[in-house]
Amino acid sequence: MKDAPGATTRDYDWWLLAILAAICTLGVIEIYSATHGSTLAGMHLKQLRWLGIGIVVMFIVSRVDYHVILAQAPILYLIGIAALIAVLLVGHTRFGAKRWIPVLGEFLQVSELVKLIIIIALARFFAEVGSEELSLRDLIKAGLLVGLPLVLILKQPDLGTALVLVPLLVVGAFLAGLQWQHAAVFSLAGILLVGAVFYPPVSRHILKPYQRERITSFLHPEEDAKGAGYQLLQSKIAVGSGGFWGKGFGNGTQNQLGYIPVRYSDFIMSAWAEEQGFKGVLFALGLYMALLLRLVQNAQRAKDRAGMFLVMGVAAALGFHVLVNVAMVIGAMPVTGIPLPLMSYGGSATLFVFLAIGLVMNVRLRRFVN
Amino acid sequence: MASYVIVGMVGVLLLGFWKLQVIDSDKYAQWAERNRVRSIPIIAPRGRMLDRDGRVLVDNRPSFSVLLLRDDPALVEKNLPAISDGLNIPIAELREQMSNTRALPKFQPIVIKPEATQADIDYIESHRADIPVLEMLSVSRRRYPPGGFMSHVSGYVGEVSEQQIEASNGKLRPGDFGGKTGLERQYNEMLMGTDGMRRVIVNSVGREVDRLPSQEAIPGKEIRLTIDYDLQQVAEQSLGAREGAVVALDPRTGEVLAMVSHPAPDPNDFAVRVSKEEWKRLNEDEQKPLLDRTIQAQLAPGSVFKIVMATAMYETKVVPENMTVFCPGYGTFYGRQFKCWVFGKSSHGTVDVHRAINQSCDIFFYTLGMRMGIDIIAKYASGLGLGHRTGIDLPSEEAGLVPSEEWVQRVFHRRWYPGETVSVAVGQGAVTTTPLQLARLIGGIASGGVFLQPHLWKDAQNITEEKFPLKDSTTEKITDDMYGVVNGGGTGAGLKLQGIEFSGKSGTAQVIGYAARDRVAKQKRFLDNAWFVGYAPKRDPEIVVSVLVQESGKHGGEAAGPVVRDIIKTYYDKKAKKTQGQYTVEYKRYDLGDGSAPPAAIQPQPVLKPEGAAATPARTAVAQH
Repeated sequence: MKDAPGATTRDYDWWLLAILAAICTLGVIEIYSATHGSTLAGMHLKQLRWLGIGIVVMFIVSRVDYHVILAQAPILYLIGIAALIAVLLVGHTRFGAKRWIPVLGEFLQVSELVKLIIIIALARFFAEVGSEELSLRDLIKAGLLVGLPLVLILKQPDLGTALVLVPLLVVGAFLAGLQWQHAAVFSLAGILLVGAVFYPPVSRHILKPYQRERITSFLHPEEDAKGAGYQLLQSKIAVGSGGFWGKGFGNGTQNQLGYIPVRYSDFIMSAWAEEQGFKGVLFALGLYMALLLRLVQNAQRAKDRAGMFLVMGVAAALGFHVLVNVAMVIGAMPVTGIPLPLMSYGGSATLFVFLAIGLVMNVRLRRFVN
Repeated sequence: MASYVIVGMVGVLLLGFWKLQVIDSDKYAQWAERNRVRSIPIIAPRGRMLDRDGRVLVDNRPSFSVLLLRDDPALVEKNLPAISDGLNIPIAELREQMSNTRALPKFQPIVIKPEATQADIDYIESHRADIPVLEMLSVSRRRYPPGGFMSHVSGYVGEVSEQQIEASNGKLRPGDFGGKTGLERQYNEMLMGTDGMRRVIVNSVGREVDRLPSQEAIPGKEIRLTIDYDLQQVAEQSLGAREGAVVALDPRTGEVLAMVSHPAPDPNDFAVRVSKEEWKRLNEDEQKPLLDRTIQAQLAPGSVFKIVMATAMYETKVVPENMTVFCPGYGTFYGRQFKCWVFGKSSHGTVDVHRAINQSCDIFFYTLGMRMGIDIIAKYASGLGLGHRTGIDLPSEEAGLVPSEEWVQRVFHRRWYPGETVSVAVGQGAVTTTPLQLARLIGGIASGGVFLQPHLWKDAQNITEEKFPLKDSTTEKITDDMYGVVNGGGTGAGLKLQGIEFSGKSGTAQVIGYAARDRVAKQKRFLDNAWFVGYAPKRDPEIVVSVLVQESGKHGGEAAGPVVRDIIKTYYDKKAKKTQGQYTVEYKRYDLGDGSAPPAAIQPQPVLKPEGAAATPARTAVAQH
């Protein structure tokens, strides 16, 4: 284990940490607002505990040289695959999906950890591609690297998390010098796949019934306001009724009366938007934008390609989370079950973000080291 | 480049929020409000109906309806078996009700059981948590006197029709109750009040978590009727199970003291929801229980019409007052033989007008009619109130008919046959009246030609007073004549009341003539329309009672007279005692004939066909007395 010689606490990205702290605060406030006085009361305290654990984990990860971590990538990858298989075999089923295994008395969502492993594995893979241009061979290799865990996660089933792996590959490939012909072919394939998902005769064969229902309800939310389209519609009502100024903390009727689905987790932005209005949304999205820009800046300052790939992988994962989650909250995307980083309640998701930020710090701490 | 992607992404998301939170904010705010607020109507109790002394005739009883909240179809569907089980409603019926109301907005609950039993209420209360789609609606149901007492006057309420909803300017909604007939309909607006609204905040599973200020219901206005419960009671009992009608008026004010039409449906049977079978039965019943005979039965007045004839005679002097006619029991007019009602039994001999009214001699009035002519008859009949509505405050009053040359010209495009005048002169032929019209007619004539608009609401405003002034001598003579019918050995001699100037006129009209009757009598029982219109005192009466009894083989004085007598006696008994309460009345027990015979329908008096008089001579030759 090589420590970062000469790196002091000053070298941590305090701006990044401040932004994170602000986002976490919004999250805890809104979790409290969404759950106090209900059977879920006290959830914000559990979230605070996860945040505490996350910060500790982040500092630990930041101290271990990322080159050491990258060196262990194949082993981590194998562990990740094994864990995903284990989940499918012995995992704990909640909400109709096998995603959790018990660790230290808590249920951990393995796929969250696997996301991080894929970021590391891809960083290692792309860093080792020496040339300026990414060959088709390497692209396919990278695709297989992502494809295996993706299929396993889809099996759980967890479409949302599986989808997050895709931008990791895309962003990585771009940075690694993706050729435009390849980009065109894969874009076409992607478009065809999305088309297939939205085209019922085909989607019947590749999607689970609940997933198809989400797609249908996304396309026609008003058709069955209390059936499958209910969640999206209620979320939109919450957001829209918040208006510019919001209804105020604890006053969102959609939130407080439980009309917003899983208002403390996946739809927390909906609850926030209702109670804090457009001004609150502006503030929250501003923070996320600052977070992402700060990550990109860190990537640019990384000492080597591997560090850059690591940080950009984290940025891609978080950016995709924000995009898909928030778009869902305003009804612009189907329900996929992707949480909003650091605001949504959830142990595994929170841990993932802090582990990822730990990697970013790690890279940053070593930017001047040779 | 990555930075641009990030800024662009956040920008697009913000545009999405701007659209929802700024541009469409009002729409979503409304939806949010509709989500959280559930409005449950508070039904305003209808106003009660009291009698003239303040005794309750129609009031309300509390009841509960079971509401199904349909906002969440999946939740409803899930709970359907439990609801069917708990409330004892077949699941198919529930589904039918739901599909019938599919067009209504989903947030509007529907009534699935109008009359909840205690067991239903207990079930709903104990399953509030696991069946959140049921709600109790407190309603007040109409409570009418039992057994159809006064039911044509009170009318009944029912779910409002589409036309009523349209006409109400948004005040009525589907499922609301409104008056369908009688006073319930006439004074519906006043009686029904304004429904309130209980507004509660519900959470996403429909549980009530808070209350908003509710809008209280404004109860309907109580109305006091002119009906006297005691007289009404006597009228109902005295008419008994016979088909017929009773109207008692105070001619000085136009107030209706009693009003009965039998048979009468029991409106309590419709207070909740009338079954299709019951409704069909009522409509197809040959006795026509839904027909309010007091204002809708348009029948030949028979000999009661002779009062119109005599009044016209006294007033016009076209025919000298001292005219006498020899009655051998029959007479020949315009080449046809007309019979007097005593034909075959006896004859009246020489009669003047006084004796002709007393004995109800037809031959005298045939002669009078022939000499006076239809124009004068029509003028007086119409002037004294026949042929048009009295304007009573009840819906669906019929006008009856006074035939005239102008009428046959307009309706049949032909000339008036003089022979028709002969029939009309004894209240037969095309002339038809309602029991209410006859009460108003006799009361008005005895009051010197002053007719007050009959009404049932004690506080009714703008009661019109119609005048058809009669000479004092006319009033004197005609009231003498009618006094004689009861007290001078006339056709109502058996009705005399000690110490009361009980006067009146009887009438009997057969629906078909004797000859036709003989031909078909074996197959069918025919009802005579037996009339008696009586009043007291002799001049400026305080009460006039018109009774119609539709019974076979009885004459007016015999069948209808005792009912009039009972009511007038009760009126005076009550007046003498000056107290309220039950009055002992010597109710006559009526022989209702052989109960085995099927009841006959009330036939509206057939309109005289153009060739009628010539083709069926016997038709108009009916007995009058």
